[in-house]
Amino acid sequence: MRSAKLVAESGKILDVASKDAPLTVRGLTVSYGNKPAVFSVDASIPAGSMTAIIGPNGAGKSTFLKGALGVVPRLSGEVRIFGKLFEDARDRVAYVPQRASVDWDFPARVIDVVLMGLYGSVGLFRLWRARHREQAMECLKRVGMTDFAERQIGQLSGGQQQRVFLARALAQNAEFYLLDEPFAGVDAATERAIVSVLKELKSEGRTVVCVHHDLSTVAEYFDRVLLINVRRIAEGPVETTFTAENLQETYGGRLAATHIDELHLA
Amino acid sequence: MGFGDYFISALFLQAGYNSALVAIGAGLLGLSAGSAGAFIFLRKRALVSDAISHATLPGVGLAFIIMVAFGSDGRWLPGLILGSAISSAIGLLMVEWITRKTRLTEDAAIGAVLSVFFGFGIVLLTVIQTMSSGRQAGLENFLLGSTAGMLISEATTIAVAGAMAAGFVFLLRRPMTLVAFDPEYAATTGVNVRNIDLAMMGLALIVTVIGLKIVGLILIVALLIIPPVAARFWTNQVGKMIGIAAVIGGLSGYVGAVLSAAHAALPTGPIIVLVAFGFFMISALFSPLRGGLASALRHQRFQRRVHRRQGLLSLARREPIYDGLTIRILRRAGMIRADGVATARGRIAAEKAARDEARWAMARRMLPDDSTIERYDGLTPIERMMTPDQIAEIDRMIQNAQTTQGAKA
Repeated sequence: MRSAKLVAESGKILDVASKDAPLTVRGLTVSYGNKPAVFSVDASIPAGSMTAIIGPNGAGKSTFLKGALGVVPRLSGEVRIFGKLFEDARDRVAYVPQRASVDWDFPARVIDVVLMGLYGSVGLFRLWRARHREQAMECLKRVGMTDFAERQIGQLSGGQQQRVFLARALAQNAEFYLLDEPFAGVDAATERAIVSVLKELKSEGRTVVCVHHDLSTVAEYFDRVLLINVRRIAEGPVETTFTAENLQETYGGRLAATHIDELHLA
Repeated sequence: MGFGDYFISALFLQAGYNSALVAIGAGLLGLSAGSAGAFIFLRKRALVSDAISHATLPGVGLAFIIMVAFGSDGRWLPGLILGSAISSAIGLLMVEWITRKTRLTEDAAIGAVLSVFFGFGIVLLTVIQTMSSGRQAGLENFLLGSTAGMLISEATTIAVAGAMAAGFVFLLRRPMTLVAFDPEYAATTGVNVRNIDLAMMGLALIVTVIGLKIVGLILIVALLIIPPVAARFWTNQVGKMIGIAAVIGGLSGYVGAVLSAAHAALPTGPIIVLVAFGFFMISALFSPLRGGLASALRHQRFQRRVHRRQGLLSLARREPIYDGLTIRILRRAGMIRADGVATARGRIAAEKAARDEARWAMARRMLPDDSTIERYDGLTPIERMMTPDQIAEIDRMIQNAQTTQGAKA
């Protein structure tokens, strides 16, 4: 009953096939203190898509991801991952947090961080074997970091840190990848390397969601957008949803009209 | 037997069964403290363990009073340990609750809990002093630790509990590493961050209560934190760091207990902590990885590399070199002849240095905010700092810049 009401409110019929979609969110609300960072957001991410979550600073993009994955407590709302509760679909999901969220002076080498992605499959008690190391090296190869395997993580540049985080997620061999600002403050070569890995994942039929802040690359990298400013503004394919009108609504006065013109939108 | 003789014989467990057992107990306590403390240090929660240890005191006092009220010996160690564990668990949960439910930060919560519990504990000890059975209770020994007159059963209890705590650390090492490094990611992989944090603090609690008798509650935090801090100087790998912290903790406990047993006037806890501090000083000065001496040497080498680089760049620009040290360094490396003219080797090295310099100049223009650039010392070969595709990108940009310049000309 409740979901039916929400569907009616949002004035939109949810895709029938979305029952087992990688991510279905209804009425997600997350608050820090008594101020909602994300308020009653609905979203449905179809399998095999590549979605950018877009919105101004402090609009709750990262919080939306964290709320969906249960990293921060939800005030209300329902989340289904492949039609199940997150707890039951965890091994099909890989999350890449913002790289600034950890202390990079932690005593670990690059390879150690990538091996963390295998904790889930190796279990608590078993020891590392050669094949785990090989798996981890394979993931480092995909992000172009093979030569850095033995390097202390504190010596990496921002782009390299981001690649290591992506390699750790690749080690999980998940079907659904959620990345929080993977392109923030990285160099151009790293940005290209990450995009090509993400497109590879998509071509393998996996699903990718990124919190993204660079409007000029949205159309080039992604096929869907979710526009958020605390509330959901719009969601859908880039061609129909990434419009000047929707952007104006999402960013309000914070986005100059000239900037929108430069994006050459429909 | 003099102090020195006794110390030597005790160090090799020749000074009697009792003191050998006490030393082994203290060693195993240090082992568990060092390894559990490693995770507390990495999670940056050293102060919480201070609150835990000070919150044991009322438990000790109440357990004593209750045991006396039931007509038994108030000094029975397992009873005192149980009491201290309960009161410090309450203290720990209060810190957690205050931090979660109010706007107070964790350090404020720690300060409040620590002082209130400790104050209450001191009041209880004073009350016990006035009780007829309390005069010889010796509970004040729980403040700074004492191995004098320790029973064999007590030493065994401490040794077994210490070994078990170290075993738990080993079992929980992966989830604890993950939570210490990246709690948000850990949560998405199915690790219950709150439970792991509680387990981490629970281990600190266990180490604290079994360490009450030997180290005392005021200084136990030092045995939890100094070994991992010292261990951090020696390695960049978390697994090795835990192992080294465990060894340093174990040796501190063992040597400290032997030292204090050799001289009755030496309080055990402070001696153990001073021994641990000795290990810290050795690590801070002499570790080849992060120690002070090694970094002084590295600085000297760095200076020589700066001179070498400056010299090579001068060669590449065909400028004369005047600096004495620069000339000596280039001479010794076979880069220049006695008359200052570059050798074949010198010319190749100079070209490479000039190319590196051009690449870095381009890199700085391309990524002004990148942390590689910020940390760049002006000397390291670019291949060691950037991936091949990053370098290829830089070379492409240099090419482009040259072509545009050529077109303009």
